[in-house]
Amino acid sequence: MTREHALYGVLAEFRSADELLLAVRAAQSAGRSGVEAYAPFPVEGLSDALGFSDRVVPRATLIGGICGGLGTYFMQWYSAVQSYPINAGGRPFHSWPAFIPATFEITILGAALTAVVAMLVANGLPRLHHPLFAMPDFDLATRNRFFLCLRPATDDFDVEATRAWLETLKPLAVCEVPA
Amino acid sequence: MSRVPQPVSQDIGVLRAGWTYASITDKVADAILGGGWTARWWVAFAVTFAGTAVFFFAIGYLFVVGIGIWGVNIPVAWGYAIGNFVWWIGIGHAGTFISAFLLLLRQKWRTSINRFAEAMTLFAAGIAGLFPILHLGRPWFFYWLMPYPNRMELWPQWRSPLVWDIFAISTYLIVSLVFWYVGLIPDLATLRDRAASRGKQVVYGLLALGWRGEARHWARYESAYLLLAGLATPLVISVHSVVALDFAVAVTPGYHSTIFPPYFVAGALFSGFAMVLTLAIPLRHYFRLHDFITEVHLDHAAKLMLVTSLIITYSYAVEAFMAYYSGSEYEIYTLEDRWTGLYAPVFWTMFVFNSIVPLAFWWRTVRRNVAALLTISILVNVGMWSERFLIVVQSMHRDFMPSAWNDFYPTAWDWTHLFGSIAFFAFLFLLFVRLLPAISIAEMRELVRESNEAKEGT
Repeated sequence: MTREHALYGVLAEFRSADELLLAVRAAQSAGRSGVEAYAPFPVEGLSDALGFSDRVVPRATLIGGICGGLGTYFMQWYSAVQSYPINAGGRPFHSWPAFIPATFEITILGAALTAVVAMLVANGLPRLHHPLFAMPDFDLATRNRFFLCLRPATDDFDVEATRAWLETLKPLAVCEVPA
Repeated sequence: MSRVPQPVSQDIGVLRAGWTYASITDKVADAILGGGWTARWWVAFAVTFAGTAVFFFAIGYLFVVGIGIWGVNIPVAWGYAIGNFVWWIGIGHAGTFISAFLLLLRQKWRTSINRFAEAMTLFAAGIAGLFPILHLGRPWFFYWLMPYPNRMELWPQWRSPLVWDIFAISTYLIVSLVFWYVGLIPDLATLRDRAASRGKQVVYGLLALGWRGEARHWARYESAYLLLAGLATPLVISVHSVVALDFAVAVTPGYHSTIFPPYFVAGALFSGFAMVLTLAIPLRHYFRLHDFITEVHLDHAAKLMLVTSLIITYSYAVEAFMAYYSGSEYEIYTLEDRWTGLYAPVFWTMFVFNSIVPLAFWWRTVRRNVAALLTISILVNVGMWSERFLIVVQSMHRDFMPSAWNDFYPTAWDWTHLFGSIAFFAFLFLLFVRLLPAISIAEMRELVRESNEAKEGT
């Protein structure tokens, strides 16, 4: 049992994006859970093949933009109407067209910053270390190699059977990743 | 064991044939990691470092003595500082335009030039932001422009374009920085994984934030990157529009005009693309990037310069027409003074460099001639600086009452701050090309794959 607990997953290495895509589809149709795929660039269709449907980034961006815009408009209204009204030739205190530029800019700023923060947080980044970084070939995941990692999602995870199944996909190498 | 060959790029114009994921990665990453601190680079570094030192000395002297060291007077209160500001912020527009707008339009030729164009944007916008602060007179109070709780219980004046300006410029700086950094994350991970020394692994590793290229991470990353592009595109347009409103909202003849915002945006892209060419041509030469930054890239940039040149020529014509059409003797006088007065040589320099010279880009042979492109791009930079000078100085020096008129002559300090800022820009750019990948490696890998698909499709 200790062996299973100390295992991050079983890693298979591929040469091309198409091989990885086929491997992911094979894993999905074999009903495997805990599938992770690593590629040196965004491979079209890979996240769809993994059944990825996370909308957290666009939603957070929308909320960030709305908060930035409303907050800035409110600040200008409060400043010009409540806190420090100046009567300049009888012009209205609430001169909304003049409040648009700052509102627009901070809407963009709020949305942009939230988009990046949401992306990083949802991805679990920044992260100083990861078990995969200890693997011998994994530095090529940011160069020219493609990796499929099967995580032990259930208690009856059989390492040998998983290895054997991965070998049927004809990878370059298969190895166990210690946690 | 199956031996699927590594994909090799096909010649699709914006990328030459024969490159693989690995060879592109090694080419770009090793330009940074594999030494390359040549004598030529050190000479350039030393020269620009000296210029940077002079620039900061001049800034220090300005802080001690005050803005009287410049040739500014009343009515020409803005002088070179604001002219330089508008010029630099204009240059700082092409990077985000290339990265964001061309990404949304799925233009493949953006891929190899977006990274250094974004760096250019960041440095130019940062330098631009310095000039209004230097010009404040009491620059140590610059934070009074921002709304913050203070004992004086004062607020910024929301109806002033100058306040809009600080919101626009600071947002633009932050968003450009974030956009650039997010684009860098996968490449920083590549550098981390390829670095041989522990020090480099730690530094690039920390900057890469633990990126490892998981498919779900890529999906969120692409979503965020696309959103940033969508947000940055209207931002680019808004920034120079707001800068234009700094002028257009005032009643001074020569810039009280509704054409100013679009005219400024076109001028910004024009000067920005000129600077992209000025930087791209030496970059591809010294780093041997001819397979990535091809004639097609230069050709496209030249075409965009031609288009924006025509737009600003049209704007010059509209300005002249509106001056006469308005019937305002002040507007008409300012216009005619521009053509024939003290600063007429600057006007004609501007007109020839901005409106006549770029017409050479109608010819394909010129657009594909590197020497011609470099020469014209530098002339356009000079022409656009002349335009900023005319707007700021010439319009102000002859306003309504002849008793208020005054001529402006730049002092040595004006020139020192201008050329010092150029040296500082070059200094930052030299550091950038040695420390960070000047071309987006991850996107180039994607392009290798796409080049194969494109060839199969045809």
